[in-house]
Amino acid sequence: MATLKPYRRQRARGGVPFHEARMDLRYSEADERFRSELRAWLEDAVPRFEDSHDVPSADDLAGRREYDTAWQGTLFEAGFAGIDWPAEYGGRGASPTEQLVFHEEMARVGAPYVGMNFVGLLHAGPTLMSEASTEQKERHLPRILRGEEVWCQGFSEPGAGSDLASLRCAAARDGDEYVVNGSKIWTSYGEVADYGELLVRTDPEAPKHKGISWLILDMRTPGIEIRPLRAIQGSIEFNEVFFDDVRVPVRNRVGAENDGWRIAMVTFSFERGTAFVSEMIAVSRATKELAALARKVTRNSATAWDDVALRREIGRLAAELDALWALVKRNVSEAARSNQPPGLGGSVLKLAFTELNQRLSELTMQVLGRAGIARSDIGGLPLDDLTEKALRSLSLTIAAGTSQIQRNIVAERMLGLPREQRTES
Amino acid sequence: MDFVLNDEQAELQSAFRTFCDGRFDIDTIRRLDAEGSSVDPDLWGELAGMGVFGLRVAESEGGVGLSVAEAVLVFEEIGRAIVPGPVLWTHLAAGFVPGAVDGSAVVGGIDLGDCAGGPILLEHPDALDCVLVLDDTGVRLVDGEDLDSAPVAVPLDPLTPIGLVTHLPAGDELGGAEMARRLRREGAAFVAAMQLGIAESATDQAVSYAKEREQFGRPIGSFQAVKHICADMLVRVEVARAAVYAAGVTFDDPTLGNLERAVDAATVCATAAAHANTKANIQVHGGMGYTWEVPAHYYLKRAWVLETTFGTADQAADRVACDVGGDTST
Repeated sequence: MATLKPYRRQRARGGVPFHEARMDLRYSEADERFRSELRAWLEDAVPRFEDSHDVPSADDLAGRREYDTAWQGTLFEAGFAGIDWPAEYGGRGASPTEQLVFHEEMARVGAPYVGMNFVGLLHAGPTLMSEASTEQKERHLPRILRGEEVWCQGFSEPGAGSDLASLRCAAARDGDEYVVNGSKIWTSYGEVADYGELLVRTDPEAPKHKGISWLILDMRTPGIEIRPLRAIQGSIEFNEVFFDDVRVPVRNRVGAENDGWRIAMVTFSFERGTAFVSEMIAVSRATKELAALARKVTRNSATAWDDVALRREIGRLAAELDALWALVKRNVSEAARSNQPPGLGGSVLKLAFTELNQRLSELTMQVLGRAGIARSDIGGLPLDDLTEKALRSLSLTIAAGTSQIQRNIVAERMLGLPREQRTES
Repeated sequence: MDFVLNDEQAELQSAFRTFCDGRFDIDTIRRLDAEGSSVDPDLWGELAGMGVFGLRVAESEGGVGLSVAEAVLVFEEIGRAIVPGPVLWTHLAAGFVPGAVDGSAVVGGIDLGDCAGGPILLEHPDALDCVLVLDDTGVRLVDGEDLDSAPVAVPLDPLTPIGLVTHLPAGDELGGAEMARRLRREGAAFVAAMQLGIAESATDQAVSYAKEREQFGRPIGSFQAVKHICADMLVRVEVARAAVYAAGVTFDDPTLGNLERAVDAATVCATAAAHANTKANIQVHGGMGYTWEVPAHYYLKRAWVLETTFGTADQAADRVACDVGGDTST
């Protein structure tokens, strides 16, 4: 008769005591030492930074650049810049669990967000490390790390969104230069960025994935025109960028000509790493704030908190957040074991987290009731912040691969379902 | 931190899955349904031989000596295979009800908290040697012979026969409020594990049907309308798995924090996954999913039964909310 008992005995004989080999959710002593060191520094550095730097308004892009890069410089001087960058490129080379600790501690003290350094630190930087020439790396990586260089992204086009590989922005070779014509869209901070990661079509005859190259674009090159786009919450978040005979030196190409699609996939693999961790901590805090708000808001002589259906919905969101936090720990554990950035697990997390975030925002608006039609703070309610978050949350299921594209990825690559028939190559 | 199954845990789970694939395959489930027997003595004996009831009982007392986190993996498989019978109650009773550890006593149970104000329904009434009765004040053991129940002609889940309890004697007191709380908490964690297994099985069934069923000249799983249903099923499974395993680990390592919150999160996520996935599985199967020709209905019905066992997801969600909101009144 089959039995699980030999399993137990076999293990008892096998060397590693059972309690040491089991699933473990605790941080190691080394992680906790790192936490103490970081916390001690943050508790002094953050108030000092805030005393000497005024928070710029959403529309003051130059001010935001100044603020975000100054904070990056502060992190650099203390040895905390590029927490996930390898030491050989000047980063901290932190383990995946130390990166989690870093995000936890940054959120705990309310440290400034990565802001405009996002593309440089989380997209372009890691891509350059993986794919660029030594000269390109030396030229850009130290400056990104110190907060001296801001990057923007030129991937999507008005006609190439989810079907990114159909992009048409053309780069024609002319001697030592490419001549770029076309347009890009969703280029955040384009008007204050120094460089852009630019995907261009270098072979219009090849199948769509085979004719793309990845260029480093100096945003001060003549022929670039930037048209700001006002986002749903009202501020200028991104732009449409037009290229009219913009000349880019061939030495600014990263990797081989027409190998840009593969390199873009490398870029995306970083995008789905631990990028959500700080947002998850913020959402967890927002859930607590929603509970506090619900206990304060009174309607028909009862508080919103007395509505058990609403309370349960808050409970469901908090329970799912707990689960997603455990899922992050699993993804981090897998990354630590395989020494690879989190792969498909990132799509699962993105789908679940972005939709949860939107549900939280909708519930918050429901609790606010009619007060939520004001975007300015009235009646002691933080309406500016709450309505801003509610509107902004709508971008989450669209940006960085829509939920529909994420579902295709999950279904085709994780569940092995057949690809839909598509009309072109 | 290493929140991934180690090799031995993966082996344990796979060994038990192989056992369930062999002994509780879908033809066996259909046979038990046709025979109207939810507890087959031979299969019950094999579950006992596997050590399922004594999983967490020390080896010196005839058990397997595993922790809650490992037992969770086994109950996930019990859910996946919709193994019938009072497996969970007998498992919970092992260690303090004589005969439970080796399955010679078939132990059922009633959590009066689940029956509040309504009828007292007892699962598998004809198979039970004795019945554990939980309420807020403590735990009692009632001899199966002393308890009267009227069979309910048609249960929701064909493999979970029920009786309407007409006389519930006091029985012997086994422990107080603390013991009742502990059993409910463990019970809720293992129910969540079974719901996770059911949600996974529903996903597997839907995905494999979507790959083979053709309409419009191609597999229906190639259509985004269908494949997105399947993707959402997997997302719910992965979220539930993280919550359920984290609860298991928190039982074994109290330094991790609030155990009640961890179990409640597992209940909320696993219940949602089982409920939505068993329903989605029927949708993906189309008309056949609505019939007894395919087994999808068994999983939906079992999930519905488990939703009412050891507290509901609504109660768990309210406790989590009160924890988040610092409300100690409930």
